[in-house]
Amino acid sequence: MTSEETPVGTLPGTGALLDVRDLSTKFDSPRGAVRAVSNVSLSLERGQTLGIVGESGSGKSVLSRTIMGLLPRSTASVTGEIIFEGEDISGFSDDQYRQFWGTEMAMIFQDPMTALNPVMKIGKQITESLRRHMGMDRTTAHDTAVELLRSVRIPEPAKRFDVYPHQLSGGMRQRVVIAVALACGPRLLLADEPTTALDVTIQAQILDLLEDQQRERYMAMILVTHDLGVVAGRAHKIAVMYAGRIVESAPTRKLFADMKMPYTEALMSAIPRLDAPPHTKLSAIRGRPPQLVNPGPGCAFAPRCPYARDLCSEERPVLRPVEDDPDHLFACHYPVDSAESIEIKDHLRAEQMVAEAAGGGDSDGW
Amino acid sequence: MTEHVDPDPEHTEAETRGVGLAPSVIGTAEAVGVAIGDTVPEDPEGKPDAKGKIGIGGWLAISWLGLIVALALLAPVLPLHDPLEQFSGLASSGPQTGHPLGTDALGRDMLSRVIWGSRASLAIGLGAITFGMLIGGFLGLVTGFFKGRVDAIVTPLMSLLLAIPQFVLALSLVTVLAASADVSDTRRILVVILGLGITTIPILGRITRANTFSWSEREFVTAAEAVGARKGRIMIRSVLPNVFPAMLSIAMLGVGLAMIAEGGLSVFGVGVQLPQPSWGNIIAEGRNQLRRAPHIVIFTSVVLFLTVLALNFLGDVISKRFDVREGQL
Amino acid sequence: MGLLRRLLQLIVTVVAVTFFSALLLQLLPGDPVEVLAPFSSEEQRDVIREDLGLDDPFVVRYAGWLGGFVTGDMGNYYTVSSKRPVSDRVADALPISLQLMIYSQLISLAFAIPVGVYAAARKGRIFDKFSNATAFAMLAIPNFALALLLQYFLGVKWQLFPTSGYTKITEDPSMHFQQMVLPCVTLAVGQFAVYMRLLRSDMIATLQQDFILLAKSKGMSSRRILFRHALRPSSLTLLTVAGLSVGTLIGGALIVEVLFQIPGMGLMLAEAIATRQMVAFQSLIAIVAILYVLVNFGVDLLYSALDPRIRHDRTR
Repeated sequence: MTSEETPVGTLPGTGALLDVRDLSTKFDSPRGAVRAVSNVSLSLERGQTLGIVGESGSGKSVLSRTIMGLLPRSTASVTGEIIFEGEDISGFSDDQYRQFWGTEMAMIFQDPMTALNPVMKIGKQITESLRRHMGMDRTTAHDTAVELLRSVRIPEPAKRFDVYPHQLSGGMRQRVVIAVALACGPRLLLADEPTTALDVTIQAQILDLLEDQQRERYMAMILVTHDLGVVAGRAHKIAVMYAGRIVESAPTRKLFADMKMPYTEALMSAIPRLDAPPHTKLSAIRGRPPQLVNPGPGCAFAPRCPYARDLCSEERPVLRPVEDDPDHLFACHYPVDSAESIEIKDHLRAEQMVAEAAGGGDSDGW
Repeated sequence: MTEHVDPDPEHTEAETRGVGLAPSVIGTAEAVGVAIGDTVPEDPEGKPDAKGKIGIGGWLAISWLGLIVALALLAPVLPLHDPLEQFSGLASSGPQTGHPLGTDALGRDMLSRVIWGSRASLAIGLGAITFGMLIGGFLGLVTGFFKGRVDAIVTPLMSLLLAIPQFVLALSLVTVLAASADVSDTRRILVVILGLGITTIPILGRITRANTFSWSEREFVTAAEAVGARKGRIMIRSVLPNVFPAMLSIAMLGVGLAMIAEGGLSVFGVGVQLPQPSWGNIIAEGRNQLRRAPHIVIFTSVVLFLTVLALNFLGDVISKRFDVREGQL
Repeated sequence: MGLLRRLLQLIVTVVAVTFFSALLLQLLPGDPVEVLAPFSSEEQRDVIREDLGLDDPFVVRYAGWLGGFVTGDMGNYYTVSSKRPVSDRVADALPISLQLMIYSQLISLAFAIPVGVYAAARKGRIFDKFSNATAFAMLAIPNFALALLLQYFLGVKWQLFPTSGYTKITEDPSMHFQQMVLPCVTLAVGQFAVYMRLLRSDMIATLQQDFILLAKSKGMSSRRILFRHALRPSSLTLLTVAGLSVGTLIGGALIVEVLFQIPGMGLMLAEAIATRQMVAFQSLIAIVAILYVLVNFGVDLLYSALDPRIRHDRTR
């Protein structure tokens, strides 16, 4: 992380902050190895936001914890490279990681109800890392913590310093968790479903807070979520994960304008839309999330994919760039806009219209 | 509603295990949980298998207890010396031909005394727990099932019994109830059973009550009530069988504890009275021979220890197997 | 629960406990005086009967006894022709018993906390499996048998520690501690096993909480995470069980005192039983029971002082 450790040819402060190459994470289980993350590559520039989107079980949380080095070493085996500031940290021990945690990278968890120590005052939970990493004395740490609480918009921060987590609401607790994560000025923040456990009204506030903090501190962020809507306006890049693999990744605008992967399309139709007429049915993705133990040879999404053909269950599509656009990658034999898929889509639409017409007829009593 | 009319404890076990998995593999629950529906979590206790399989340890425990019970039952027909017969000139001697475990201070055969002693110890252990199960179990079942006024009256009274340390309670009851010098051996054993049994009432009562309480809230019970089954019948037919494993698991520990407690009473001279042997009084009396004949204490202690260990082990297996929630004692 | 309600509950429990101990004399089959002083003359018996108020109804006698008890009159030891107050000896014996229990409690916690914490941190590894199996076995060791085995092996055979007796710490501190080693270890073994296993399983659950991961992800050392973040919430459970297990500890201490000839409450009880001094017996039982009630009361207060999540807020 210091300049001496930086490989020759890369100047500190330039290039990608994080470069993940061919990363895989496996867990041992009685039924065989669980391949939670397979061959993931991605990169993130300083100050930018990467959205990682997928259903539960897609491996997105495991991916973020692998990058953070937080998985239990006894059960998880990690291969591939995690290059942070030019240094491969994937083989780091806990002791080596400890120098990074808090100061270089920090994490926010899904449920603020459980992420704070219930028997420690919230101020103390902030100051302990300030004192450890920044060598602050008690008073300075206290004052800094109060400032942090203020910056995450906790009212009356000086008073709140001495309260216990159970005395705060969920939204307030998540703000405290954010303050804890930001305390030592990390360059990379991993936010694992930071708003999933919160009220809808609070969600936007927390996301805005994260965005503001990120901009002020010129901090990179990985925003992990199951909701494409959360990252839509906030991430520079989006990677869609399915069954432990990245199945599509692109700069946000491109992804929304020209999605290739049927799974991305399915996630898209799962976002509630404000402009849709009320009571429009949200199409949940049918079928169950995939098997991660002994996966078949084909595309993991094939069993649930409306456009799947024989080839899909026989051969796994590789992640390839869209023609003349190396930034936009996808893994699909028959992307959403291919002739084959359009044919099926038209067919499905026609079927649906027939069904609706028939349904209408029934209710008329004919 | 209909899906749950199924008083099978295995059912809940699976459910709880699924939930229990989540935190057991930090951060991987998401992936692993989805990938392998009902994974067995890592053995949480280290001892018996997490799933409550009997395992090698369990079979060893069962074999040991089987052996002890068989010897106790067959004692009168086994080719043993009379446990009261004194071999003159052999007092306090160690293991030798004819006396594999040696003899005690009065030259009585130790093997015979240990085997005959198991009768008193087992009778007391089983008797006390049966008594506690019947009374404590009944009170727990009724208070947990009917709640309300019965619960409000009986439960505080049961808790009051817990206000006195168990051994002290047993000691005072036994001392007083068997105070006169001319109490017969059988009568004294009954008093010890009663005294120890009373101390187990609140413990078995609480466990039963807590379990009954949670089972009686289940859908299949409410369903049975809805179709008009009689309350008492539901309690006996639907709730009791589900609560029983928890009672049994505690009872196993209780048998061991009661056998140990009899030894404690013997230290105070109010347990089973010599010359009739019990494991407790053999050890308690053996203390006078500790320098000359330590084998008296050592052999009997090992037998008592292994028996209690086997009981505890099986209690643990039962509680794992039926997913009994511990704590709340 | 307010302090007032707790106090009220305490008083009710103490009254119930003393009532029970007073009932003991009532439960004696036959004439209590016959038991107390079997070889006394009829006149001497009348004196004792008068002294005990045996001709009064039970409630009156209980009230009289309770009145005396709270003012320090714990009845008398009766011999054929004389009596000695019980309270004289209780003043010496009670502190000795307390000392024994406190030492044992400290020893067991001193071992159980680090072993439990490290076993949880190394869950499933050799240290964990070994310590957990050992503790499981320890739970099955009868305390009186352990006392005798320690006496034999460490006292008689290897001559490491004295096997019996008691010396005041003020008289000869070195002798005091040497004599206390075996009895305290005897008591501590069982307590250790209970605390260690409890702390271990509680810590394993705590270590899987998100807040531990948060502490880790902000770069705290493993030691700090284990002892500052994880132990504190788990220690509340430990405290509750430590309070409850004082009951076991008291029972064990009484037995151990007899076996090691330590002049505490246990030895007094044993003598009272052997010499059929039922009045003394009754008072001694009452004292021991009240001690237990008070300890639990103290634990209760301590618990609410330590847990910031006010009472029923615990999720588990």
